[in-house]
Amino acid sequence: MGKAITEKILSDHSEQKDFKPGDIIDVKVDFLLTNDISGPVAVQEFEKMGDGELFDNNRVAIVLDHFTPNKDVVSANVSKTMRDFAKSKGITHFYDAGYGIEHVILPQDGMVKSGDLVIGGDSHTTTYGALGAFSTGVGSTDVAGIMALGTTWLRVPEQMKFVLKGKPDKWINGKDIIVYIISKIGTDGALGKSMEITGDGVKYFDMDSRFTICNMGIEAGALNCIFNFDEITEIYEKNAGVSNYKIYKSDEDAEYDYVMEINLEELQPMVAAPHMPSNGRPVTELSDVNIDQVVIGSCTNGRIGDLRTAAQVVKGKKVSPNVRALLIPGSREVYLMALREGLIEIFTESGFTVCSPSCGPCFGGHLGILGRGERCVSTTNRNFVGRMGDKSSEVYLASPAVAAATAITGKITSPTEVA
Amino acid sequence: MIYRGKAIKYGDNINTDVILPGQYLNLTDERDLAAHCMEGIDSDFVNKVEKGDIIVGGSNFGCGSSREHAPIAIKASGVSCIIAKSFATIFYRNAINIGVPAVECPDAIDEINEGDILEVDIEKGTVKNITLGKSYNATVYPKSIQNLINVGGLVNYVKSIRGVN
Repeated sequence: MGKAITEKILSDHSEQKDFKPGDIIDVKVDFLLTNDISGPVAVQEFEKMGDGELFDNNRVAIVLDHFTPNKDVVSANVSKTMRDFAKSKGITHFYDAGYGIEHVILPQDGMVKSGDLVIGGDSHTTTYGALGAFSTGVGSTDVAGIMALGTTWLRVPEQMKFVLKGKPDKWINGKDIIVYIISKIGTDGALGKSMEITGDGVKYFDMDSRFTICNMGIEAGALNCIFNFDEITEIYEKNAGVSNYKIYKSDEDAEYDYVMEINLEELQPMVAAPHMPSNGRPVTELSDVNIDQVVIGSCTNGRIGDLRTAAQVVKGKKVSPNVRALLIPGSREVYLMALREGLIEIFTESGFTVCSPSCGPCFGGHLGILGRGERCVSTTNRNFVGRMGDKSSEVYLASPAVAAATAITGKITSPTEVA
Repeated sequence: MIYRGKAIKYGDNINTDVILPGQYLNLTDERDLAAHCMEGIDSDFVNKVEKGDIIVGGSNFGCGSSREHAPIAIKASGVSCIIAKSFATIFYRNAINIGVPAVECPDAIDEINEGDILEVDIEKGTVKNITLGKSYNATVYPKSIQNLINVGGLVNYVKSIRGVN
């Protein structure tokens, strides 16, 4: 019997080879990341564990991206804690405010690569599955434990397969795929399991869209979400300057507990209505909803491909007077590319406010918090009660194209109506 | 280890944003975090919670963000353990790591009413609803996870591996 890509990567990172779903295995971690939220608690726990050297100061990244540039004194002190810790431990991959969002910069700079086993103190660490890597999120104490040992335990996941078939419409983004999948299987539809995205249709999705899909695998409860390595991955790794990656692909006869086929020809842009990422509906069913704010950015949709698509929609048009529109490039490099390509000018002329790279208002941190009863269409990943501000505010999750079209009209809008 | 306390009950898909809203994630002191525990779903929680209470959830308890601040806030509120139909993967790890047992007991949940007195036996894998006079089988932890709990969580486990006192 063949093996699925996730099983192969786990097997190559564990001394336990003969495992089955549900087993607990110890694994070697190739790369660990933490940020200004999970990091400070991890530092406290690491000290309780006896402090000392990290397992490898070249394989740990600290990214200050959530409350940065610091919104208040408390956040400034938290950042300082992490800055001091990075310095005292000789951590080579330390990224201060403004460099970018962790899940955008780690693949962009080649810190994580195909075939790696990556653990992060952030739930959206599932993002790197797009590279054909195993990656998953943990909390602060686990981060501290890995800092000390370089290993952790995992429960071997059951295998789920999502087969993309046919050719999608030009406005379809990875966001539409993952919101559609979660609308079918629910927020616990993949609880503790592995989601593998496969089929002939994957060739229509660039790496930016694949990162988006894997990023939101956690919104279905998945342990990891993964693509098989292909030509698109290979080009991305070359452009990122990575050569020592490892290629993994599922065997033809790998076994899956669950298989879903998705016909891309029929897929419409999807919007996840409040207050669950599983409330996905075709954009046309929500066209009468008025919007106060639009956010384009985040670890889900803050990459250059996302900005290019959104700019295509807003070019030469004005943002609705009823909408505050925010653009938050996912990294300084994305910002610079957008600047050189003229995208920043397009957004600014149309009435968008361009913010410095960070997580922004996605998790309710800063830069665009919602007031009572306000509604936002956002390219981010969660629309839970109070996620972006007041408990009575609402977040609708959508692709960059839908968010851009909505910014122009002030109502939830399909890009085909505007562009 | 046996935990006895009164039930504080919530529904399905209780996410970590409602357990501990994002605006408080720059706090690290457990008392500061406890002051905002469950604020996104139950503003009365901080007034009604008593030492030893047991939080009861439906399916997928603790879904969403990996923030350990959520189980830290729950623990610092005095909650002794959490039972649910199922737990989100990261929350489950976090709770065990910091010494708040997360016990899966799908059969018990629907019949529990707010305020019922519950007794949870971790080793035997049972949940007793003392108020209703009923007993249910819970999922028993795998051996390696039980070992982690027995030594008092991940900090003690790592110390033992590193030979640190």
